[in-house]
Amino acid sequence: MGALSEEIRERIRAEFPKYPNKRAVTLNALHIVQDAQRQVSIEAMREIAELLELHPAEVHDTMSFYGFFRDEKAPLGKKRVWVCRSISCMLRGGEELLADVCHDLGVKPGETTADGEVTLEFAECLGVCEGAPCVLVNDECYPNMTAESTRELIKKP
Amino acid sequence: MINRTESTSQTITLTIDGQSVSVPRGTTIWSAAQAAGIEIPVLCHSPKLEPVGVCRMCVVDVGERVLAPSCMRECRDGMAVDTTSPKVEQHRRVLTRLLLEEHLVPCEREKTSGDCELEALGRRYGLTDPQGHSLPEKATNPLQDFSSPVIAVDHQACILCDRCIRACDDIQSNHVIGRSGKGHNAQIAFDLNSPMGESTCVSCGECVSYCPTGALTPKAITLPIIPKSEMKATDTVCPYCGVGCSTTVYTVDNRIVMTEGRESPVNHGRLCVKGRYGWDYTMHPHRLTKPLIRKESAYPKGALSSEVKETSGQRRKPGGIVDIDEVMPAFREATWDEALDLVAEKLNGIKQAYGNNALAGFGSAKCSNEEAYLFQKLVRAGFGTNNVDHCTRLCHSSSVAALMETIGSGAVTNVFADVENSDVILITGSQTTANHPVAATFMKEATKRGVKLIVVDIRRHDMVDFATHFAQIKPGTDVAFYNGVMHVLIRDGLIDEKFVAQRTCGFDELKKLLLDDYSPEKSAAICGIPAETIVDIAETIGRAKSMLIFWGMGISQHITGTDNARCLISLCLLTGNVGRPGTGLHPLRGQNNVQGASDAGLIPLAYPDYQLVTRFDIRQKFERAWGVELDHHIGLTVVEIMKGALAKSIRGMYILGENPFISDPNINKVRKALASLDFLVVQDIFLTETAEFADVILPASTFFEKTGTYTNTDRRVQLGRKVVDGPGESREDWRIICEISNRLGMSMNYASPADIFAEFASLTESYRGLTYENLGPTGKLWPCRDPEHEDGEKILFGDTFPTLDGKGKLVPCPYLPAAEVPDAVYPYVLSTGRVLEHWHTGSMTRRSQALNAIEPEAFVVIHPIDLAVLNISDGERIRVSSRRGAIELAVRAEESVEPGCIFIPFHFREAAANVLTIDVLDPFGKIPEFKYCAVKIEPVTESASA
Repeated sequence: MGALSEEIRERIRAEFPKYPNKRAVTLNALHIVQDAQRQVSIEAMREIAELLELHPAEVHDTMSFYGFFRDEKAPLGKKRVWVCRSISCMLRGGEELLADVCHDLGVKPGETTADGEVTLEFAECLGVCEGAPCVLVNDECYPNMTAESTRELIKKP
Repeated sequence: MINRTESTSQTITLTIDGQSVSVPRGTTIWSAAQAAGIEIPVLCHSPKLEPVGVCRMCVVDVGERVLAPSCMRECRDGMAVDTTSPKVEQHRRVLTRLLLEEHLVPCEREKTSGDCELEALGRRYGLTDPQGHSLPEKATNPLQDFSSPVIAVDHQACILCDRCIRACDDIQSNHVIGRSGKGHNAQIAFDLNSPMGESTCVSCGECVSYCPTGALTPKAITLPIIPKSEMKATDTVCPYCGVGCSTTVYTVDNRIVMTEGRESPVNHGRLCVKGRYGWDYTMHPHRLTKPLIRKESAYPKGALSSEVKETSGQRRKPGGIVDIDEVMPAFREATWDEALDLVAEKLNGIKQAYGNNALAGFGSAKCSNEEAYLFQKLVRAGFGTNNVDHCTRLCHSSSVAALMETIGSGAVTNVFADVENSDVILITGSQTTANHPVAATFMKEATKRGVKLIVVDIRRHDMVDFATHFAQIKPGTDVAFYNGVMHVLIRDGLIDEKFVAQRTCGFDELKKLLLDDYSPEKSAAICGIPAETIVDIAETIGRAKSMLIFWGMGISQHITGTDNARCLISLCLLTGNVGRPGTGLHPLRGQNNVQGASDAGLIPLAYPDYQLVTRFDIRQKFERAWGVELDHHIGLTVVEIMKGALAKSIRGMYILGENPFISDPNINKVRKALASLDFLVVQDIFLTETAEFADVILPASTFFEKTGTYTNTDRRVQLGRKVVDGPGESREDWRIICEISNRLGMSMNYASPADIFAEFASLTESYRGLTYENLGPTGKLWPCRDPEHEDGEKILFGDTFPTLDGKGKLVPCPYLPAAEVPDAVYPYVLSTGRVLEHWHTGSMTRRSQALNAIEPEAFVVIHPIDLAVLNISDGERIRVSSRRGAIELAVRAEESVEPGCIFIPFHFREAAANVLTIDVLDPFGKIPEFKYCAVKIEPVTESASA
């Protein structure tokens, strides 16, 4: 016991009434834990399984299916930055933008900076093609980005 | 599945490959083809598993735009199916080629048993090239996992058919295997992607038996595994628990190579870790191969192993079995004639000098009905005493006493598989997943279909995961709990009044006791379960249309064991839950032939079929049958015989296949008792702890080395067939019994076990009519009115009970506390029991590589709160002592026990739990209180261990 704080447990339990059964809360629980802890550890999955009355393998099945979730081997940095490289963004310099950001941060897509501040990812369409190329920082989307404006954005506290 | 409504007829007619086929509505094309003798290749499908249609190998042409998966698609009227069109064959060929791309040929399965289903398809389509396939790069995951002692995992050979996942989830309900990742990185995973050996896998091997490729294969235990067609297959049953699973054992050159589950009403082909992997003890180098006689220099008698001689429980050598090098020098080899003559001479001498009742015999519930029958016949007719008993005394004698008293029959009233018809299952005092693992799979399965499961236990065991209600009662308070439940049933009008009026007697007395003294609040104060929970459980039971009760040693092994069982019987009778589908009383039998050994008369008060030795007419019948005069006194029970030995009233003993030195309570006393016998002959397969005290040791045969019948917990009489020849000069047990009997002047001449069975059956009502021939491949339930055509009666007592007035007796039982309650010096309650991988005194399972590898050492389960108070950490060695002795063993911290209660499995001789247990007895069943005694816990200090 102990990977999940009582506060996180409460937030997961608060999801129960919204769904017909506890199993349906699996994804929400994984999101809640990853948001708070920047990873979903093996121990956290075990405790989620206990809370949701599932078998550990069932939680692991779901967690490992979605590339969005990170285990303890590759935890997220404080900021998760997504650079879109799908067709609209690509035509308007998305790939170059991604390469620039990689160079700036010294990481490859999927990696986290050594100081644990930023995790860089590429995205397959963020649905903001009118603002290509676009960048997502955590849950917020920024259109019409350049290497310069992205650098500023990442630096912003 | 597609639901069509064009016809309401229940029979569908279609053509498959031009052949007209009629099948019931709902049948899949695959099943219809199978029935018509048309084989459609599959990879993900297996007839016992829910179809999932993920592999697409079984596609057929039904005239639609795309091919249809035949394992999923239901037959429709007028459908024309082509299973081998060029389009279909082309599809299968491409699919096989793609799957083989990632499959290293030959895989482990193909290399051993030679039955990789994918490679067979590869050969069929001319694709398999032993050199042509290279390992693809899968850098992120290790592809092989050898961490399990019994199963090898090779993800490289896996085709993600999901069969193992369904076998684990749907067949065994263990839920260990899942799918990890997706796309190219997808693979099966155990729990949270742990190595298999570190996961919660219980090594039942069901996944291996369903795997079509080399992804999950059995590790070799003795000889390398080879194709089944090159081995000898023998259909038999499992030698372990009372479930009595059907098996097929494969041998090469008189050595067992592997065991598989076999289709039967008992296990539907399922097995557990003991049945599937725990048979190699039979080939262990410690097997006794020659008769042994104690050397003159080894007298006076006593234990020979150093760790037994020293009372501190210290071992000089690691490991868990008798140290042969240390013990063997006390014995010399002898010929059979010399040994048998000596046995007869000594037993006769004691008989002449001290009378018949100075002799006693312990038979075994691991032996066959034939052996049990012969053994009790030898003791009764040859020794001339009824001092014959066996380990049923230590497991269900109290349950049997209660059942005989109340409903007139000691056997189960219904088979365990009938849980499929129950509304509610009550499991109490039974850690079913460990002790009756395959029966547990059917119970777990039932809960998934919505059957309510109530678990009442002092430990939170694995069945609780499937329970709707769980009451973790305080140890020894069962009577108070059930009295509270019955109070609510009566108070709230939830009983079956018609049943109570017509089928029972004693209701008024029971009602008075319950209503006066056992309100839920009062019960709650004793058993520690909140009054609301008691009411909730009572209402669940009262509203159920049918309830089946299962119980184990947690009920029976108390000084109130008979009272505990009486309460369960009353609960069933009050609610009318006997004699109908889904109802009944089922004391789960521990050993493979506890039911049969008792049926065969291996108990001191009755001849075969529970015919009392005290009844003149019955005694006359057996005197006529056996041609000698018989004693009319009820004999002594197991613990009474040990006490008799200590008091010198018992002077000579014949022990067949029992190991009281580990299995009986308070073994420091047992040691003195065994050492004080004038003469002890032990017949066993290994030099057991008990054999260290013997004057003569006779080398016997294992389950796999002889033919005989065994009666399982359901009353199913099954044939166990000889699989291999015994080693050296070891003999089949029935032959040894006959030799001794003949030398004692009681003539026994049988041509075969079938002959013995015929004599036994003819002297009973229950087995009458059963023969080796009509038992068939899966045995018969007794009673069986027409063994030639029927399977026997599942459900007993639909109209009446076999009591004098035909009614079931309700016996009021006030709550009584345990014999030795905790105090300031001994503040903890000790409960003993078994673990999944081990068996009884460990003489077989600790000599099985796989089982010993999984659970090699003694341990004690203690709650983390208690450990914190005692400043002891998980894994530390501690000393546990009671008023009778002390043992040292490792701690396992678990919340399965309540604070204040500890649990020790009794299999481990180096830290034998029965050093601690108390030898007080239940007054009716004469069963010792293994489940409750007071102990203290201390860290092992340097001075104490020196």
